[in-house]
Amino acid sequence: MDDIKKYTIGALVSNKSGVLTRISGLFSRRGYNIESLTVCATEDDEISRMTIILKGDDYMLYQMIRQMDKLEDVKKIGCANELDCVYRELMLVKVRAGAQERNQIVQITEIYKAKVVDLSIDTMILELTGDPEKLDAFMAVIEPYGILEMQRTGVTVLARGKHTLKDRDCYGDHIN
Amino acid sequence: MKLKGADILINCLLEQGVDTIFGYPGGAVLDIYDALYRNGKINHILTAHEQGAAHAADGYARATGKVGVCFATSGPGATNLVTGIATAFMDSIPMVAVTGNVGLNMLGRDSFQEVDIAGITMPITKHNYIVKDVKELAETVRRAFYIANSGRKGPVLIDILKNVQVAECEYLPQKPYPLKQLGIDTDRVRETADVINAAKKPLIIAGGGVISSGASAYLKELAKKLNAPVTYTLMGKGAISDGDERCIGMLGMHGTYTAAKALMASNVLIALGTRFSDRVALNRELFANGKKVIHIDIDNAEFDKNVKTSIRVLADIDTYLKTVLPMLNAKGTEWMEEVERYEEGEKLKTDTSIMAYKILKKASELAPRGNPVVADVGQHQMWTAQYFAAERPRQFLTSGGLGTMGYSMGAAIGAAFGTGKLVTAVVGDGCFNMNMNELSTAVTQGVPVVILLMNNSVLGMVRQWQKIFYARRFSQTTLDKKTDYVKFALSFGAKGLRIEREDEIEGVLKEAYSYAAEKCAPVLVDCRISCDENVLPMIKPGAAYDTQLEKMED
Repeated sequence: MDDIKKYTIGALVSNKSGVLTRISGLFSRRGYNIESLTVCATEDDEISRMTIILKGDDYMLYQMIRQMDKLEDVKKIGCANELDCVYRELMLVKVRAGAQERNQIVQITEIYKAKVVDLSIDTMILELTGDPEKLDAFMAVIEPYGILEMQRTGVTVLARGKHTLKDRDCYGDHIN
Repeated sequence: MKLKGADILINCLLEQGVDTIFGYPGGAVLDIYDALYRNGKINHILTAHEQGAAHAADGYARATGKVGVCFATSGPGATNLVTGIATAFMDSIPMVAVTGNVGLNMLGRDSFQEVDIAGITMPITKHNYIVKDVKELAETVRRAFYIANSGRKGPVLIDILKNVQVAECEYLPQKPYPLKQLGIDTDRVRETADVINAAKKPLIIAGGGVISSGASAYLKELAKKLNAPVTYTLMGKGAISDGDERCIGMLGMHGTYTAAKALMASNVLIALGTRFSDRVALNRELFANGKKVIHIDIDNAEFDKNVKTSIRVLADIDTYLKTVLPMLNAKGTEWMEEVERYEEGEKLKTDTSIMAYKILKKASELAPRGNPVVADVGQHQMWTAQYFAAERPRQFLTSGGLGTMGYSMGAAIGAAFGTGKLVTAVVGDGCFNMNMNELSTAVTQGVPVVILLMNNSVLGMVRQWQKIFYARRFSQTTLDKKTDYVKFALSFGAKGLRIEREDEIEGVLKEAYSYAAEKCAPVLVDCRISCDENVLPMIKPGAAYDTQLEKMED
């Protein structure tokens, strides 16, 4: 196996039931793991957009892109790694916060430009948006206070400048 | 005009030129079968089991190049198609499977004979549909045929809910969608031409893609111009005639001695429509071993999947060969002369003493020339690939990728209906016991098929592996059935014959072929062979080509 990297695959797919199963099946039958998956509607009612983070090597990336490209329901597909992209993810984290820790947590929150969105006697919910690395770093700092639960939305990505996924040839073309 | 969903389905099938359907009725397809009955324009072949129907649709497609169609009801009817659909998927065979399902108001309630067949067949179809609204039905059927037949071909399943079959909708006839014409990168083709022109010893590997793209005439021309040997994969058998002076037989685990030698001596591989399966490449790192590999395929996902290629061209094989041929220079005969010396060596090494060799060589001689021959899966499949000569594409049919035991009976029936010709089916006794029920279909439908039952009372191929890899511990491979296959055939209304000794081969085979042709009926020939006949040569899985076994090791 070559170097293990994280790849971001973007795909425009039909907005129908069963599409997610078709795509996740292509990964699972090869024993590949999806690290993060985000699916949402787009400006076009008939099209959904998927962002998949695959941890693997070049071989796995090429296979997945080419295999996905064969599905009837996949309209456009590309890898974002070669492009200059904006990556964003949203996280909510519920942290143990008694009267003594509260100020320290608020300080950390300010440094990371996170927000306190809920406060109770002994807990706080913090909200943070940023690239996945920033979220990881925030988690590492906040973890010692005791994380009760957390949720991340998964990564969303758009290429900077004029590149769009609809115009696949410009979007990290791994197809041929 | 306003039609019921079931009638729209039948009309859409007629639009696509469907003349034969293989299937089995049931509760969830009653309306479809009623429409079929009232319409009366499509020949429906009732099989003994839905699996037989799926294999028959597959055999029909392989033998004719048209899309095969099968019908089944919901639940068990649908799941019985699964092995047949997977068989077609692995070998890229165009097929449309139509299943019925419970109505929308019953869906998801674990209703009687309800199964999520679309979910089950997702990984073994090119695409599949659940039709919930009659307004979507006609378009779905048209798209299904288009998908099955375009690019790399394959099966598509349409699951039609009961309410859709009875609901009415406006129907307008339409011509089938024209298939997408794939372009070709001529600069890439030029690159391949440069490599081929510089090559001293190019070896052409013909895969199933040559057959599905109908490129055999160009393949022959290519071999002639380059004076290069052509080897084929199991799926590519028939892409070039076995009688062609440049054809050197099959490549792979049980490929010919000549093909293995030629592969090792070659310096450029021209791989046409082949996916370097593990039964061909064996060891994907050592297979090409520093040679230049030119890979032409219609499926982008095949490039570098198993064997790393030097140049790849995404194209229909037919288009590629048409484009590249004028760019190539004619070559001399030195390379072919070297290969002919390997062929001389091959003659000395082939074990002509085994009954399997004698029977299949004779059958190959006596069977009507060019008529379809279907091989089931196992030792007899490899022997058929080795000894039964194919003269043309779509003559040799077998389950290559999936290796489906029990494939041959259904496929032979499908091939007979597709071509209107007498078919030879070579089947082991293990395989025959899986789908022998379809002999009744062959009798009822008057199918001229000569079934060569290679009866060794064991699961020969598994046993052969137990000999090599498991110190002759024959775990569960001795069948030792007491079945009298001649009487069995008689009881089904077929003719039964038997070959026990070498001197009976010619007489019995002649009788079998003439009876099947004259009576338009199946003949079962119980061919008694030894359980210790082996398929040779053999390269062990994962091994390199220079380790080809010519004899069994003790």
